[in-house]
Amino acid sequence: MQNSHFFVTGDPMIYGADVSIALVSVAIIFYLTYFKKWGWLWREWITTVDHKKIGIMYLISALLMLFRGGVDAILMRIQLAVPNSHFLASEHYNEIFTTHGTIMILFMAMPFMFALFNIVVPLQIGARDVAYPFLNSVSFWLFFLGAMLFNISFVVGGSPNAGWLSYPPLSENDFSPGPGQNFWIWGIQISGIGSLMTGINFVVTILKMRTPTMRLRDMPLFSWSVLSSSIAILGVFPILTVTLVMLTIDRLLGGHFFTMTAGGNPMMWVNLIWMWGHPEVYIVVLPAFGVYSEVVATFSRKRIFGYSSMVFSMIAISVVSYYTWVHHFFTMGAGANVNIVFAICTMIIAIPTGVKVFNWLFTMYRGRIRITQPMLWVMAFVPCFLVGGATGVMLAAAPADYQYHNSYFLIAHFHQVLIGGVVFGYIAGMYYWFPKIFGFKLNERLGKWGFWLWQIGFYVCFMPQYALGFMGMTRRIYTYNDSMGWDMGWAPLNYISTIGAFLMGIGFIFQVWQILYSIKHGERDVTGDIWDGRTLEWSIPSPAPAYNFAILPVVKGRDAWWYQKEEMQKGNVHKEAVKYEPIHMPNNTGIPFIMSVFWFIAGFGFTFEWMWMGIAGLIGVALTLFARSFQYNTDHYIPVEEIEKTEKARKNYGSVHRTAN
Amino acid sequence: MVYLNSTFYYHDSRNSIPLYFVKGDLTLRKWIQTAKLSFLALLGMALLSGCDKSNFIVLNPKGPVGQQELDLIIISVILCAIIILPVLGIFVYIVIRYRDKPGNKAPYQPEWADSKILEVIWWGIPIIIVAILGVYTAKTTINLTKPPVKDVKPIVVQVTSLDWKWMFTYPDKKIATVNYAEIPAGVPVQFILTSDAPMNSFWVPQLGGQEYTMPGMAMGLWLQADKIGEYFGSGANFTGKGFAHMQFRVKSVTQDDFNQWAAGIKKNSPALTDKGYKQLSKPGLEKELSFSSYPKGLYEDIVNKNGGTYYDHMSHMGDMGSQSSMSSMKMEDKK
Repeated sequence: MQNSHFFVTGDPMIYGADVSIALVSVAIIFYLTYFKKWGWLWREWITTVDHKKIGIMYLISALLMLFRGGVDAILMRIQLAVPNSHFLASEHYNEIFTTHGTIMILFMAMPFMFALFNIVVPLQIGARDVAYPFLNSVSFWLFFLGAMLFNISFVVGGSPNAGWLSYPPLSENDFSPGPGQNFWIWGIQISGIGSLMTGINFVVTILKMRTPTMRLRDMPLFSWSVLSSSIAILGVFPILTVTLVMLTIDRLLGGHFFTMTAGGNPMMWVNLIWMWGHPEVYIVVLPAFGVYSEVVATFSRKRIFGYSSMVFSMIAISVVSYYTWVHHFFTMGAGANVNIVFAICTMIIAIPTGVKVFNWLFTMYRGRIRITQPMLWVMAFVPCFLVGGATGVMLAAAPADYQYHNSYFLIAHFHQVLIGGVVFGYIAGMYYWFPKIFGFKLNERLGKWGFWLWQIGFYVCFMPQYALGFMGMTRRIYTYNDSMGWDMGWAPLNYISTIGAFLMGIGFIFQVWQILYSIKHGERDVTGDIWDGRTLEWSIPSPAPAYNFAILPVVKGRDAWWYQKEEMQKGNVHKEAVKYEPIHMPNNTGIPFIMSVFWFIAGFGFTFEWMWMGIAGLIGVALTLFARSFQYNTDHYIPVEEIEKTEKARKNYGSVHRTAN
Repeated sequence: MVYLNSTFYYHDSRNSIPLYFVKGDLTLRKWIQTAKLSFLALLGMALLSGCDKSNFIVLNPKGPVGQQELDLIIISVILCAIIILPVLGIFVYIVIRYRDKPGNKAPYQPEWADSKILEVIWWGIPIIIVAILGVYTAKTTINLTKPPVKDVKPIVVQVTSLDWKWMFTYPDKKIATVNYAEIPAGVPVQFILTSDAPMNSFWVPQLGGQEYTMPGMAMGLWLQADKIGEYFGSGANFTGKGFAHMQFRVKSVTQDDFNQWAAGIKKNSPALTDKGYKQLSKPGLEKELSFSSYPKGLYEDIVNKNGGTYYDHMSHMGDMGSQSSMSSMKMEDKK
C-alpha cells in the first residue's frame, strides 16, 4: 500500500466530508480543552462501569450511526431518483449500500438494542448493576472502536463495497483487493466480540441478579425478551466470529476456504453467514417485542394479556430462528426437499410472532388507551409489522421466492420489518425510558412532527419498492434504463420512493431537534414514575442513583410496582424504619478502553496488512488483560451515610422503601 | 418509611383530561391527517397513472413456470389477507373504542389477562393457514424441478455469468451468444447455470424465477415460454462494478425460426476461440454477440476449473427429463 493511496481521494463529496470531520474533531477537542473537560470525560464516562452510563453511550452512538446510515440511504435514493443518474459512480454507490447495511444492522440496531438492555434490565429486575460490570465496559468499547474502525474507511483506505454480507468470491482478494474489505471484517469482528460478551453478561444478569423475591415467571416481558435475545446471541455470534476468521485467513494468509479456485467453496460462506445473519434479525427484533409489551400494558392500564403465551412465543422464536437460514438462498439450488423444510420452518416462525400481535391487541381490549409518544410508535408498529410479516410469509413460499429474491420486493419487506418492527420499537423504548435515564420527558409536539414525517415517509418510500420488485427491479443496481435499451418503467416509482426517504430524514431531524430542545425545556420527571408505570424501574427516582435501589425491592408477582401502588393507595403499606446497609459496587477502570484501543490498533494494522502493527496491537490486548488480573482494587462499598444523604435529598421522590428481608 | 403519595401519578387519573385533547393539538392532528391522506391519494394516482399494468412483469408470466409461481403468490396473498384484514379491523376498533377519554363507557377490566379459548383460536388459525400454504409450497417446489411439459423434447442452454456479461452456449447447435438468448416457444428449456466470476443469479421474470450461477457448480433451471416474444432478463446477485449493466434479452420464437436463426449464426458469425473466450471473460461490458462455434468442452472446463471436479453435479439438477448433458460432461472431460 502506497501512501498516496492511503487517503481516499477523487470525489469532491469525500473532500467535503473530510473537511467537516476535521472541523468537528477540532471543535470537540477545543471544547474539551477550553472547558477543562478531559478529566471529566475520563472519570465519568470512559472509565465508567455503571450500566446506566454505558447505556447512554450506546444510545448516543446508535443515534450517530443512524445519522450516518441515514445519509447513506439518502445518497442512494438521490442516485436512483431518476434513470441514468450520474450523481454517484458505480463503485461509490456500491460502497454506500455496503456501509448502509452494515452500519444499520451492526452499528445502529445492535447498540440501540444494547442501550435498552443496559438502561432497563437491571432497573427492571431490581439489580444494582449487571453481573459483570467490567465486561460490560469492555463490550461497549469493543463495539465503539470497532464501529470507528469501520467508519474511518470513509477517509483512509477506502470503504468496503461487496455488500453488507460480503459474499465471496466477490469479497476475496481476487475481486476486492485492498483495505476496504478488511475494514469490514475487522470492524465487525471487534464489535462482534463485544456483542457476544454483552449476550453472556445479560444471560447471567437475568438469571442470577434478580432481586431475590422475583421469580422468572414474575419477570417483566422486556427482560424476558432480553433473555431470549441474549441466548440467541450466545448461539450465533461465535459463528460470525469463526466465519470472519476464515475470511481473514483467506485474505491475509492466502487460505482457500471460500475462494473460487483451489477447492474453496463460496457456498459455505453463504450458509455460515446466514446461520448467524438470520437469527441476528430475531436478536434485534425480540427486544423490540419486549418494548411493545411494556408500553402496551402501561398505556392501556391493563395487565399484559397472555403472559405465558408471550414468553413461550419469544422462546419459540429464538429457537426456530436457528432453523430458517436457508430461506435467504432458496435459489442456491439446495434441492426441493431442503427448500421445503426451510420454507415451512420460516412460515412456522410467523405463528408465534402473530400470536404476540393478538396478545398486544387484547391487552388494549377493555383497557384504557393513552396515546402518548411511546404508544404512538407502538400503534404505528402494529399495521406496519402485520404487512411486513405477511410479505415475509409470501417470501417464505420457496417457489414464489424465486421471483422475489434479490428484487426490490425483498428490499421493501426487510425494511418494513426492520424499520416497522425494530426501529419503531427502539424509538418507542427510547421515548418510554428517556425520563427514567435523563429525568425529563421529550417534547410532545416536536415528537409528533417527527412521528408523522417518519410514518408518511416510510410508506411513501417503501410501498413503491414492493411494486418495483414486481416490475423486475433488482437490488444493488446503481443505475437503470442505461444498457440494452430496456425501459422497464421503473422511474416514476423510484422518484416517489426518494421523496419518502427525504421525509424520513426530515423526521429524524425533528427528533434530534426534539432531544436538544427537551434538554432545556422538557417536562421534568419529579416522581420517578412519569407514565404511571407497572414495573420496578418506575419505583425509583429519575435519573436513578448510582446504586439503583437503596434496598432491594420485594416482589410479590408480576407488575410489582403497580400492585404496590394499589396497596399504598389503600393505605396497607405502613411506615417502617428504613435500615440501610453499605452497598457493594464495582470501581471504575480504564482498562476496557485501553484494551479496546489496542484492538483498534490491531484491526487497523491487519486491515492494511501491516503485520507488525497488527501483532503489536494484539500484544497490547494481552498485556491489558494481564494488567487486569493484577488489579486488586476492583470494588468499593458505598457507606450508609452517603446512601442516607442521597435518599434524603430525593425524599420527594416515590421510592419503594422496603426492609431488606 | 417515608412516602409522599401526593406526587404520584396514580392510575385512577384515567378520569382526568389528557394533554392531547387540548385544542391547539387537535388542529395540528387534523392538519397532519389531511396531509397524510393527500399524500396517499397522490401516491395512488402515481401508481395508477405512471405505471402501465404490463410493467409488472412478475405478475404477467409468459410461461408455465412463471404461471405456477404466480399462482403460489396469489394463494399466499389470499391466505395472508385472511389473517391480516380482520386483525387490522380489530386493531382499529379496539384503539377507537378503548381510548382513554372522559366519559368512555366501554368496559374496563384491568385484571383480565388470560383466556384459554382466545389463545386456542389465535394459535390455531395461523397453524391452519401455514399448513395450507405449506402444502401448496411443497407441491410447487417439487413441480418446478421437473420439465414444465412432458411430451415435448426439451433443449439445453448453458449459461455462464461473467464479469459483467452473460454467455449462452447451445450444446446441441454448438453455437454461442452473449447477452441474448433465443429459445423455441412451447419447448421446455433446461438452463444449466454456472459462473466464471463471482456468483450471480439468472432471472427472466416473465418466464419464471431465478437461480444462482455459481463458480464450480452446474445447476439446472427449467423455464419455458408459451408464446413468441422478447423477455427482459437480468443478473440478480451483486457482482461488483458493472453489475447494473448485466441485463439480457431472451427471445422466444417458433421452432422453425429458432432453427433458422441457429443456422444463420452457424453460417455468418465468427467463431469463439480459446483466446476469444479469455478476452470475453475479462471484466468489462459487452454488447450482444453471436458465435458460430466455441471451443470443445468450454462449459465443462469452466465448471471444472472453478472447483467443479469436487461436486456431484447430478444432485443439483433436479429431474433431467429425457436429456442429460452433464452425464456426458465427465466423459468429454476424460478425452
